[in-house]
Amino acid sequence: MKAYDLAELAMRNLRESVLRNSLTTVGISVGVASLVAMLSLGIGLQQMATRRLVKSGLFDTIVITSRRDLRNFNRDEEQNGPAPAESPALDEPSRQKIEQLANVTEAFPDLRFITSFTYETKPHLTMVAGIPASYRTNDAFEGMQGSFFSSDNSDEAILQKTFAAELQGKTAKPGSDDVPVAELAKPLLGKELTMRYAERMPFVESAGKEGSAPEGDAAPDTTSYSIASRERKLRIVGVTDLDPDSMRGPVRARVLLPLKLVQSLHVVQPTALRDTTQAGSKVPTYSTVSVRVKDPGKIQQVEDAIRKMGFNTFSMLDATRSLRRFFAILDLFLGIFGSLALAVASIGIVNTLVMAILERRREIGIMKAIGASDADVKKLFFAEAGVMGAFGGALGVALGWMIGRLINIGTNIYLKRQDLAPEQIWFVPWWLVGCAILFAIAVSLVSGLYPAARAAKLEPVQALRYE
Amino acid sequence: MIATPDTRLQLTGKGIQTENVRRHYVMGQSLIRAVDGISLQVPAGEFVTLLGTSGSGKSSLLNLIAGLDQPTSGAVIVEERDLAQLSRAELARHRLYTVGMVFQSFNLIPSMTVIENVELPLRFAEVERSRRDSLAREALDRVGLSGRLQHRPSELSGGEQQRTALARALINRPKFLLADEPTGNLDSRTGTEIMNLIRECNDDLRMTVVMVTHERALAEQYAERLVFLADGKLVDDQPNPRSLAGTTSPGGASREGV
Repeated sequence: MKAYDLAELAMRNLRESVLRNSLTTVGISVGVASLVAMLSLGIGLQQMATRRLVKSGLFDTIVITSRRDLRNFNRDEEQNGPAPAESPALDEPSRQKIEQLANVTEAFPDLRFITSFTYETKPHLTMVAGIPASYRTNDAFEGMQGSFFSSDNSDEAILQKTFAAELQGKTAKPGSDDVPVAELAKPLLGKELTMRYAERMPFVESAGKEGSAPEGDAAPDTTSYSIASRERKLRIVGVTDLDPDSMRGPVRARVLLPLKLVQSLHVVQPTALRDTTQAGSKVPTYSTVSVRVKDPGKIQQVEDAIRKMGFNTFSMLDATRSLRRFFAILDLFLGIFGSLALAVASIGIVNTLVMAILERRREIGIMKAIGASDADVKKLFFAEAGVMGAFGGALGVALGWMIGRLINIGTNIYLKRQDLAPEQIWFVPWWLVGCAILFAIAVSLVSGLYPAARAAKLEPVQALRYE
Repeated sequence: MIATPDTRLQLTGKGIQTENVRRHYVMGQSLIRAVDGISLQVPAGEFVTLLGTSGSGKSSLLNLIAGLDQPTSGAVIVEERDLAQLSRAELARHRLYTVGMVFQSFNLIPSMTVIENVELPLRFAEVERSRRDSLAREALDRVGLSGRLQHRPSELSGGEQQRTALARALINRPKFLLADEPTGNLDSRTGTEIMNLIRECNDDLRMTVVMVTHERALAEQYAERLVFLADGKLVDDQPNPRSLAGTTSPGGASREGV
């Protein structure tokens, strides 16, 4: 029999005992719904955890230092590899080369310095850091008041909450949530802040007349430089909730400026002093460069490539790997529990189809008498089981989707009451929809095995005699 | 004059032949000999009736010829093929293409309309939908039911139901029409209508007809040959005397002149 004829006959037969078949189908759908709800929660939780980790910026970042620094996170690296003096300098050309590596999103220098600010005539001393535009999405800025930098080199500043309190003469202990960030930000946003800093300038001979450069040395000096004191006016655009002492967020400074702006200021870095004592070029070196990787899973690969270039690297190990393993086990268990209901439903299918054989014994006899083969009868019962499975599966996915959604809504109402940000803890991917329906059909077909075989084996003479 | 069974088989080739066929059932402690060593030859194109009382084995023999049942021993040869040697799938093909069955209780599928019942064998034969529809309409037209295509069996009279069953039996153009008491549930007028249709199949479509009945008068009116069974055994096999006298239907009479 042709496939569409089978489907048509199966649908017709199912319509004949519509109540019983509907109940069986509902049974399957409840099984599928529990499976889908369980797995969608598992997947949703996994995605939430991964999202959080990626957003923290901790797990997709590699920190690079030069071996010339003689500081390292890893003892092995100190003993192996090239001698510090022979290893490359961590300067702008190196940074660009690293940025060209596969799977690297960006590589930016870690520019930070301690300097003084003047706000409403009062001076304040603190740590300043330049941050790239990509930090806009970092979860460190989630609770921020105001806005992120309008451009990568605008004269704007984002303050950390404790510094904002200091500027206003309030005392807030680090890590305490006593003063709401909104209250601190209100009087500061849009205000002007003056930063005083030391600019590194090319060495000017006249400036060093008083004996810093040896007399009679005619060659241009490439490693010496001059320092000038500068001032820059900055507009406060945001105040963050970020705790400078925590590991959360890779910034650890109380005033944040756009990275390009900081680079254009040529602020003297701690490495500048070392530059003068080591043979090198005029190009300033960086103490550290941070590399963002496209996918946390690629960390190791990128790290190896950078080490090959002769630099020291440091990263949090691929935390998502162990996380994925944990969730794979969680999903497996959720799936097993979800499948239990489907197993019960499959017994319902067997029961329905065995009943159908008893009821339709004569009909099977007639079909065989007019030429239906064993295979035709078997296929027909299979088709009926398959149709019930398909309908049950589709209905179950819809039901499971609704259950998951309800749990999500309930969770978010609870989170809102606790003054916490809403979370998506439930997610139904397309593959789950497809697999759940296919699984329901497969379970139904397996359940139909016995009834179909029994129906096919009926002898036509006996079936026709049956009244 | 009519040929003897032996010569007819030789002349026309492929017909039905049973050789010492037996069908025994075990029921509880006792052995039922439904068919007990029957040897019979039906040449192609002949109209034969199997006559006998209830329990004489005539329906059991018909079921063996139809391939609905398998003999305990002996051979049932239809178109030179021994049904006892066929696989279940081959037997299904035999029922689908070689024989058409009509039953006393019509055996229509109640949930299907007239046209769906008639085209059901074509579904098993994997005939395209459009062709199926035209063939079914043609068959129903032949039995005079073209006006009731969308009715369900329960909405039809007994005669109409049997005509539907006949259309279904004819749909795959089988060479053999096997009828098991086709008029048993019908009044005499409707029964005559059905019998005339069966006669037409024999005359116009050159189908071999084997009909089971317990009504001798009906058999004598339509058949060319009467086979009498009792207790599963063949007790008499004779040409229809009325047929010999040329009193059967015009179709039957005219063929005798060939």
